[in-house]
Amino acid sequence: MSAIEIAGVSKSYGAMRALDDVSLTIGGNAFFTLLGPSGCGKTTLLRCIAGFEEVSAGSIRLLGRDIAALAPNERPVNTVFQNYALFPHMTVAENVAFGLRMKGVPEARRRARAARMLEMVHLAELADRMPAQLSGGQQQRVALARALAPEPEVLLLDEPLSALDLKLRQAMRLELKQLQEETGITFVFVTHDQEEALTMSDRIAVMSHGRLQQVGTAREIYESPVNRFVADFIGETNVLPVLVEGVEGGRASVVLPGGARISCPAAGLGPGAHHLSIRPERIGIAAGGPLRATVERVVYLGTDLQLVTRLADGTAVQVRLQNSARTEVPAPGTAIALEPEEGAARLLAD
Amino acid sequence: MRGVRHYPGFGAVTAGCLVLLYAPLVVIAVYSFNGSASITQWGGFSWRWYVDVFTGPESGRFGQAAWNSITIALLAATAATVIALSAALAMVRAGSFRGRSATFALVNLPLMVPEIITAVATLIFFTAIGLRTGYLTILIAHITFCIPFAYLPIAARMQGIEGVYEQAARDLYATRWQAFRLILLPLVMPGVVSGYLLAFIISLDDFIITNFVKGAGMETLPTAIFGSVKQGIKPNIMAISTMLLAVSAIFVTLSYFINRVGQRARG
Ligand SMILES: Nc1ncnc2c1ncn2[C@@H]1O[C@H](COP(=O)(O)OP(=O)(O)O)[C@@H](O)[C@H]1O
Ligand SMILES: [Mg+2]
Repeated sequence: MSAIEIAGVSKSYGAMRALDDVSLTIGGNAFFTLLGPSGCGKTTLLRCIAGFEEVSAGSIRLLGRDIAALAPNERPVNTVFQNYALFPHMTVAENVAFGLRMKGVPEARRRARAARMLEMVHLAELADRMPAQLSGGQQQRVALARALAPEPEVLLLDEPLSALDLKLRQAMRLELKQLQEETGITFVFVTHDQEEALTMSDRIAVMSHGRLQQVGTAREIYESPVNRFVADFIGETNVLPVLVEGVEGGRASVVLPGGARISCPAAGLGPGAHHLSIRPERIGIAAGGPLRATVERVVYLGTDLQLVTRLADGTAVQVRLQNSARTEVPAPGTAIALEPEEGAARLLAD
Repeated sequence: MRGVRHYPGFGAVTAGCLVLLYAPLVVIAVYSFNGSASITQWGGFSWRWYVDVFTGPESGRFGQAAWNSITIALLAATAATVIALSAALAMVRAGSFRGRSATFALVNLPLMVPEIITAVATLIFFTAIGLRTGYLTILIAHITFCIPFAYLPIAARMQGIEGVYEQAARDLYATRWQAFRLILLPLVMPGVVSGYLLAFIISLDDFIITNFVKGAGMETLPTAIFGSVKQGIKPNIMAISTMLLAVSAIFVTLSYFINRVGQRARG
């Protein structure tokens, strides 16, 4: 059974539409990520699920049950807040045991469980500290242990890694993923960091301006973005202005800048001016390729080289080349021909 | 930028103000230890007027007045703090509601209306509803004017506490009441204690309103002191005043430090 079903949910603050007709199904025992730029409504959606905001329209079901009438304390959902919100006047152990205490679990049992949770996040020796005596990373683990201790059906995490430094963030990604698999609890993870989303998630929902843009696995979202926003937001890509001349049997005949024609999936689009996305690592130098460009710069990236090239009409096209001994690197100013790999060119809806 | 303390003459003006404010208090405190019965001539150090306060001819009157003052201050501060805490919850935590500004003005009115006006109005009110002046009318009046003094530190502290702590508690299965009692209340406690102490001392010290609504034969410490002074200042009054001063100073200092410690723990 799916853990959460969100159907046609909208949320308005006055004239401001923070959520606009969002429909989404989140499966059980999954690591699900809400991804989008700051201000796109991710926190608002989490708050609607947790019960801190009332939806303006639509419904949310948790394990098949409509939760509109339930107060936050009646929903089997726990949250890891963006700034952790650890209770400053309670010790780490008291923080972790708080949910169990509210559920009426006897003291001895909740103390044992709090100790076990702290062990799970590698903080057993800090049980008697106050939150103010912990580092950011430690606070984050306490918040995690506190939210997991009552064994919720769903764990909501609002950008839990954004306050940590890079090294810690990368280590925590793996740990979070592992925790999700160990506990079997559905994680709904919010982030604005596409790399984070790609590395951790079973499924990703991309949001923009309160609207859902695309839902799918990391691979689907990266390789088959449905529109310009998704293509642009996830990873790097080249977006070329193109003309679709005709569509036949689901394939479009596309005129590239410079006049060469290629064929690619129509993606439901009709003839007319559109945009085409090609990832930098899926386009290569090939004599006789359909795109003629001039190399402007070569950027050394360690494992990769990045060519910044420009087409005759002024469109910039980035090309990633593997940095190996066999790679021939053209010098700046050289005229080259580029060719997208089979299936790499994708038409985008606006 | 130059701070205000760097303006020429600032130090001298400050010193002048401090002398004006505190010199009388120093005189009273010093002369309360005077060995002679004179209030102007120093007759050597002695505790005799402090002994006189507790055993002298006026000790009965002062004892009763002190009892009234302290019990009224305790009750008034307690009631005012409870009301102020409820008001702060509505003003700070309940979001905006109709009449929010009006409520704020109402709660803080006693700070802005001249005390003598409040005194007269309160007396007229009690007379109009037929309440006999006495202990009860003093208590009611004290509760009223103590509310803003309790309210301000509580509201200030509550404003500094993010709502997310209570949300985290609700998220962890706490009811509204549990979130208040286990999370918000402990966090605002320094403000509550500070407000309580302030209200207590304001009630203990009040003279004008009390004098209007106390009725015949009913005395608090300030009105008893005033009554006694009218028949001439004796050194025992200085002893009482000095003790009252000490209590006030202790309470205000305590209130200040509790608030500061709370702020440090939070920051
Ligand atoms: N309480 C509120 N009142 C008014 N506008 C709000 C409120 N909460 C959020 N918003 C607006 O809703 C939009 C979405 O906010 P949010 O869900 O916090 O975005 P995100 O978490 O994706 O950064 C933002 O434009 C924000 O300004
Ligand atoms: Mg947010």
